[in-house]
Amino acid sequence: MIFKSKLLNEDEVRRALTRIAHEVIEKNKGVDRLCFVGIHTRGISLAKRLVDLVEKFEGKRVPMGILDITLYRDDLTEIGLQPKVRETRIPFDLGGKAVVLVDDVLYTGRTARAALDALIDQGRPSRIYLAVLVDRGHRELPIRADFVGKNLPTSKSEVVKVKTLEDDGEDAVELWEVEAS
Amino acid sequence: MSETATPSFPKHLLDFRDWSRRQVESLLETAQMMQEVLARPVKKVPALTGFTVATVFFEPSTRTRISFELAARRMSADVVSFSGTTSSTVKGETYRDTLRTLDQMGIDAYILRTDAAGVPYQAHSWLHKPVINAGDGWRAHPTQALLDAFTLREKLGSLEGKKIAIVGDILHSRVARSNAELLPMLGATVVACGPAPLLPGSLPGATLTTSLREALYEADAVMVLRLQKERMEKGLPPSLPEYIAAYQVNRERLGWARPGAPLLHPGPMNRDVELEGTLADSPQSLVERQVANGQAVRMAVLYHVLVGKS
Repeated sequence: MIFKSKLLNEDEVRRALTRIAHEVIEKNKGVDRLCFVGIHTRGISLAKRLVDLVEKFEGKRVPMGILDITLYRDDLTEIGLQPKVRETRIPFDLGGKAVVLVDDVLYTGRTARAALDALIDQGRPSRIYLAVLVDRGHRELPIRADFVGKNLPTSKSEVVKVKTLEDDGEDAVELWEVEAS
Repeated sequence: MSETATPSFPKHLLDFRDWSRRQVESLLETAQMMQEVLARPVKKVPALTGFTVATVFFEPSTRTRISFELAARRMSADVVSFSGTTSSTVKGETYRDTLRTLDQMGIDAYILRTDAAGVPYQAHSWLHKPVINAGDGWRAHPTQALLDAFTLREKLGSLEGKKIAIVGDILHSRVARSNAELLPMLGATVVACGPAPLLPGSLPGATLTTSLREALYEADAVMVLRLQKERMEKGLPPSLPEYIAAYQVNRERLGWARPGAPLLHPGPMNRDVELEGTLADSPQSLVERQVANGQAVRMAVLYHVLVGKS
């Protein structure tokens, strides 16, 4: 892959997450019954940041869970790869909660669909929001995000990489081009 | 979201002849992933939605059958059960006709147990669908060996250079045969021990001995097998008290193995016959862990034969 450009730097990622946190609070009219669930891997780091920001703004710590969607993918028989299953841990009752599902990139919508199934298997939230740092388009399912850090029109030959301090040592969003074979 | 590259998998598990070390290790890694699913409050994922799995048991079984059925259901497969002891086979229908009849009903994979060796091999050619051997005669019980290997790796780490002693009725044991095939693939050496009448002429993958002390000496793990009275001809073994006196694995004899060497038993167990009863409940015993791991291993097997790339 060939690096093309840095789309968001550390400050821009921080500002995007800050705005999402404010929007979540605004839309919920507070943080009662609110919780965050991060999708492996970078969705977890981003969800933790949002929980910290919400606490900073509202003075209340909201619960957070983590979700693995590997065995919920609808293309398992097509890809046929060895699954890399990671922990799913939602240490609170989802019943009646407003859940903000957090992922790094929204692309085809298939991960979000799988996450919805995986989440609903764990309980019955009163509603589910989707928050993503980047929406790069090319949806294959009727799914949209409720909170978006940045909309980035991309081509299918491009790859959007979200880096987080926790997982990659820096906060950034980068655009890469897949080399023609 | 990422997956790891994986080798192609055979679309059946009859024994380990068609399996490479890399494929086995990859499957055991998947089993570890499946343990994560089994640790969740909701122990069910949709990975095998749309697949129908048949457990076809021409020989009675409780734990293996339930373990396979739960494994399939945990991954949302539809499961049908067929018992050869209460079905058309008692009216004289052949294995082939029974299986071909089932095949017309849209079964995607067969889990097959028979008291006759080799039937899963034949079934594979009759059906052209994944066949998983759940035990055929004295010949093979590959998923038991996989769960034994998985449990041993969990306890000992790598099996490379480890000595595993298998003690008991080796002659009639498909578990011993499958373990002797699998454990050396993973780097272990296997010593199989029992009285001469209960030892086969040879056991590929294992060294045979009638000396319990030699088998247990510095063993890293000890697998104890049941005396399969139902498969023995008259006079084997010479007498139960003699067997117990010479071959029962008890506390004193377990001391010949490495300190803390784990104890395994595929069950069902004859307490105080092949194994001192209290040892089965001791911290060294992995018997219950084997049962728990069996489900994760069978989930991995089903996943790979049905979903894995071939």
